[in-house]
Amino acid sequence: MKFLFHFGRYLSLLRLAFQRPEKQSIYFRQIMVEMENLGLASVGIVAIISVFMGAVLAIQMAFNIDTPLIPSYTIGFVTRQSVELEFAPTIISLILAGKVGSRIASEIGTMRVTEQIDALEIMGINPATFLILPKIVASMIINPFLIMMSMLLAVGGGWLAGIFTGLFPSSEYIYGIQSFFHMYDIFYALTKTIVFAFIIASVSAYNGYYTKGGALEVGEASTNGVVYSSIAIIFMNLILTQILLA
Amino acid sequence: MIEGRNISKSFGDRLVLENVSVSMEKGQTNLIIGQSGMGKTVLLKCLVGLLEADHGKVFYDDREFSKMSFNEMKEIRQEIGMLFQGGALFDSLTVEENVMFPITMFTKQTPQEKLERANFCLSRVNLQNVNKLYPSELSGGMKKRVAIARAISMNPRYLFCDEPNSGLDPQTAHLIDELIKEITIEYNMTTVVVTHDMNSVLEIGEKIYFLYQGKLWWEGTKDNILYTENPELQAFVFTSELTKRLRPVKGVGG
Ligand SMILES: Nc1ncnc2c1ncn2[C@@H]1O[C@H](COP(=O)(O)OP(=O)(O)OP(=O)(O)O)[C@@H](O)[C@H]1O
Ligand SMILES: [Mg+2]
Repeated sequence: MKFLFHFGRYLSLLRLAFQRPEKQSIYFRQIMVEMENLGLASVGIVAIISVFMGAVLAIQMAFNIDTPLIPSYTIGFVTRQSVELEFAPTIISLILAGKVGSRIASEIGTMRVTEQIDALEIMGINPATFLILPKIVASMIINPFLIMMSMLLAVGGGWLAGIFTGLFPSSEYIYGIQSFFHMYDIFYALTKTIVFAFIIASVSAYNGYYTKGGALEVGEASTNGVVYSSIAIIFMNLILTQILLA
Repeated sequence: MIEGRNISKSFGDRLVLENVSVSMEKGQTNLIIGQSGMGKTVLLKCLVGLLEADHGKVFYDDREFSKMSFNEMKEIRQEIGMLFQGGALFDSLTVEENVMFPITMFTKQTPQEKLERANFCLSRVNLQNVNKLYPSELSGGMKKRVAIARAISMNPRYLFCDEPNSGLDPQTAHLIDELIKEITIEYNMTTVVVTHDMNSVLEIGEKIYFLYQGKLWWEGTKDNILYTENPELQAFVFTSELTKRLRPVKGVGG
């Protein structure tokens, strides 16, 4: 019951958000601002996590296939595949749900409890369009770039791991990451990324938008934003994988 | 003129407004007064449509506001200026950007024109040299004044002020009262002010509505409020030392 109530209200908020903005030029400026706030500000954390995860993946792989029957370029191949299919689009999106989602939910939640959203409404501005739409659009534009950067850095991290540990030869790894490459996998990853970006921005905005109370509730909304967008991401991941890889 | 007819509003099973009817005249300062928690802000929010009344209707110059869709309301709202009790300034914008915000959204004025208008509005609330500060860098009273400047930046036809001079020193409070009275007459606005400041009541109370326990308990003007026989209103009016001294002697006057 509760789920249905929230889901219904979420859909009607989306309908409210996807309306013609009052002033186009301002709206485009908002998108730029949000791309900076939500995207550029996440480059650092995405980079660090990607390099280390790539390194760990490669090292684990090296220990696991410690048999001469499997060629060692497999390490590069498997690292690339896991990064490309799952690790970059899904795990990094989950990280972004934590970072960006809490930011969106608390920003909008604070505006709600301090009546800034009412102030927008009273001026004759549709607050849902003004606040939420630029965040959704900005995330859907910038997240694919973050994810592609993550792929490159993670694969690079694996290569560095080989150099520093000496577990596998650099040339084999480089050969591995180039073998059996399918463009469709990138399409699959980016489709997931864009859907997840939509989920992160809209679900956390929803949680902020209906905040009631004060600072305590804003904190709660922020946590809920992260939790629910993460759950929605995991769930959609299953569905999209079924649809796109079937 | 803004009219609220038979407005009732409850939150859960708590009845906050019960069958309240008010009529806010054009070119006048109309006051809603009452103790803290008596539903003044709720009434104001019902009038501007931020809260939906359970019963009752709201009219803006004979246009039935309460049955309009969100998009129809938007048109009327562009003619509304509102000061929220807490200011509701946009945290992410500077003082000057806050005041210019409605102008930017709804007009095609050049940056120069907008800035001039913002500076004019800020000077009317006696604020100088704060243009580039953010709301978090202002004192409570300064925030309030910036919010007033923003509310009047578009020359609204309807002005709503929720406690415009709470948290201000007596001189600034007086200045704000004067400003509200002045622009109401100058632009023939319909102005609604929520207050529990007796100074303001006696200064700008051309029409006064007194709320008590969710009901409209008394209505009148600044000229007859001191002569009221209503015990609850008397208790409200004659609490402070200053107003006690204004209390008419029984049998004299009014
Ligand atoms: N959103 C809400 N949800 C539940 N109850 C509310 C809500 N808004 C107001 N109330 C209740 O309605 C009553 C009237 O509140 P209101 O804010 O109108 O008081 P007020 O007259 O403006 O007081 P003050 O002078 O302190 O601002 C209060 O008892 C308050 O608890
Ligand atoms: Mg109030």
